[in-house]
Amino acid sequence: MLEAVIQGVLLGGYYAMLAAGLSLMFGVVRFINLAHGDMAVLGAMIALWLVQGLGLGVGLAIAVTLPAMAALGWLMQRLIFERALRGGFLIPILTTIGLGAALQNGMFGLFGSNTKSLGAYIGNLSWASWQLPGGIFLGQLPVYMFLTAVLVLGALHLLLTRTAFGRAVRATSTDAEAAALCGVDARSVHRKAAAIAVALAGLAGIFLALRAQVTPFSGPMLLIFAFEAVVIGGIGSLRGTLIGGIALGLAQSVGGLISPQFSLLAGHCVFLAVLAWRMSQEAVAERGGWRSAIAAMTHKRDMMRRKT
Amino acid sequence: MTPTTVLPMSAPDRRLIAVALGLGVLLAFLPLIGSALVVDKLTYLFILIMFATMWNLLAGYAGLVSVGQQAFVGLGGYAMVRMVDAGLPPFPAIFIGALCTGVVAWALSWFVLRLKAGEFAIATWVIAEAIRSVVSFDPLIQGETGTSVTALNAYAPEVRRLTIYLLGLATMSLMLWGSWKLLQGRTGAQAQAIRDDEEAAASIGISTFQVKQRIYILASIGCAVAGTLWLASAITFQPRTSFGVQWSVFMLFMVLVGGIGTFIGPILGALLFFALQEIFGDFGAWYMAGVGILAILFALYLPNGIVGLWLNRGQAEPLSMRKRLGL
Repeated sequence: MLEAVIQGVLLGGYYAMLAAGLSLMFGVVRFINLAHGDMAVLGAMIALWLVQGLGLGVGLAIAVTLPAMAALGWLMQRLIFERALRGGFLIPILTTIGLGAALQNGMFGLFGSNTKSLGAYIGNLSWASWQLPGGIFLGQLPVYMFLTAVLVLGALHLLLTRTAFGRAVRATSTDAEAAALCGVDARSVHRKAAAIAVALAGLAGIFLALRAQVTPFSGPMLLIFAFEAVVIGGIGSLRGTLIGGIALGLAQSVGGLISPQFSLLAGHCVFLAVLAWRMSQEAVAERGGWRSAIAAMTHKRDMMRRKT
Repeated sequence: MTPTTVLPMSAPDRRLIAVALGLGVLLAFLPLIGSALVVDKLTYLFILIMFATMWNLLAGYAGLVSVGQQAFVGLGGYAMVRMVDAGLPPFPAIFIGALCTGVVAWALSWFVLRLKAGEFAIATWVIAEAIRSVVSFDPLIQGETGTSVTALNAYAPEVRRLTIYLLGLATMSLMLWGSWKLLQGRTGAQAQAIRDDEEAAASIGISTFQVKQRIYILASIGCAVAGTLWLASAITFQPRTSFGVQWSVFMLFMVLVGGIGTFIGPILGALLFFALQEIFGDFGAWYMAGVGILAILFALYLPNGIVGLWLNRGQAEPLSMRKRLGL
């Protein structure tokens, strides 16, 4: 049980990593990227190709993949997302679903359907573990990943709260027009945010390739996990994303104790329970009834927009 | 106030309906001359049209953008498998199973319809995944392996093919006629008011929840019927296929590429999707990648879909649900 809890927390770091880019895109650019999971898989596939095809070391491959993913994110924002954003709620959904289908099947065409893993290229790190008192084995790789995730999210948090760029991001996400009046180039901010988001997705995908397998069609499942972590933790805060990721990891890992098939279901149930709980809280906060629940939701969103 | 009268349907629209009716009758007799392959393909086309029409009801008229309609495709199939196992003949089981799915949709509606747009889309998808996991626990389904509706093999292949084809044609016609009536009537007007501005609709006394609930349940039953007809022609029930998100992706593609919120758009979208599959389907993954790129191009350059071609030229779309007023 304790082992499952520890593993769940460590897994949560990976989920938070996966969710951070989605949350950033939604919070800053107000864009729901349904191809986020496929971007993660793309990052993993590029790293895999660099390692298997070109014989690069894993560290070097990561160092090459991340800037490439960032450039890709910048380009996609520039060429596709900006235009899609003008089309209301549905056009971004169609665009990113199309992008997801193109990525999945394109990767399938290029790399085949075999499951692939980077696990074989990192020496004994993939199975090395520390033994804790009480006979609990702590995998070294999950620990390093968790620490990386916390470091990256922490750095991102500092970037958003302590730098001029972060101020511009927060100003743009609060009110793009007002920010533009103050001399902030909202488009440039959005493109940089997209670059960071896609690079984060790529890193999460590489994490997945290090600790397990990826296939070209893993993306949609990753997207669900990312959404679950974002919604559980609350949109718009990186700390919330980390907590959401850990909650999801815990639910899956503890649920997995009952039976392996129960693992994912437990995560889904926690997500739905959080949604239902939040809905009932908001309904209670007002005079009750569902109309006030919707009013409470929109009210809360406005409040959050002002805060960030 | 100037008295207004609603003008009757325009002449081209009436001609179009007459042609559609004639085509429907022709299609009913087509198996007499068509090969088995043609009959199978047309059955698939009918199923696609049903999916597109149902998703359009949801997203185009009630503003409910669901990524989780596969929940009802899978549940309808599961209900059929269970009922056939209990000794019911398979063809009635298709429709009884779909009605059972409607009950599940009714129960779910109390939860999902209270979510806001983005959350609704994600929650419906997660619910579909959760239902898939639960269904996989049923020993009859054998986890990921799935099971076959072997009772269908009791029918001769020609009889089975013809029955599914005619059932598909009949339910598709019923759905098109039903959604036409629904949209022309009070519910349609209310739904469009909600889609355009929910608060304003509520303020003039529309019970927004009830209208959305009605459409959500109807669309769920419709997807279940279409999905179960597909299962009847495919015979094997596998949770991963039946509950796969690809169903919702197909629906979304057909509706948005055809023209959301119009009557004819989803049908055109389904025809285009079917044609693409027939022409380029042999390319496998690259074909699907191409469909993805086509979706992006439509989204960016023709956001109103194929129907937008009429709108861009300043013409009214065919079979518009907008009432023409004579002042």
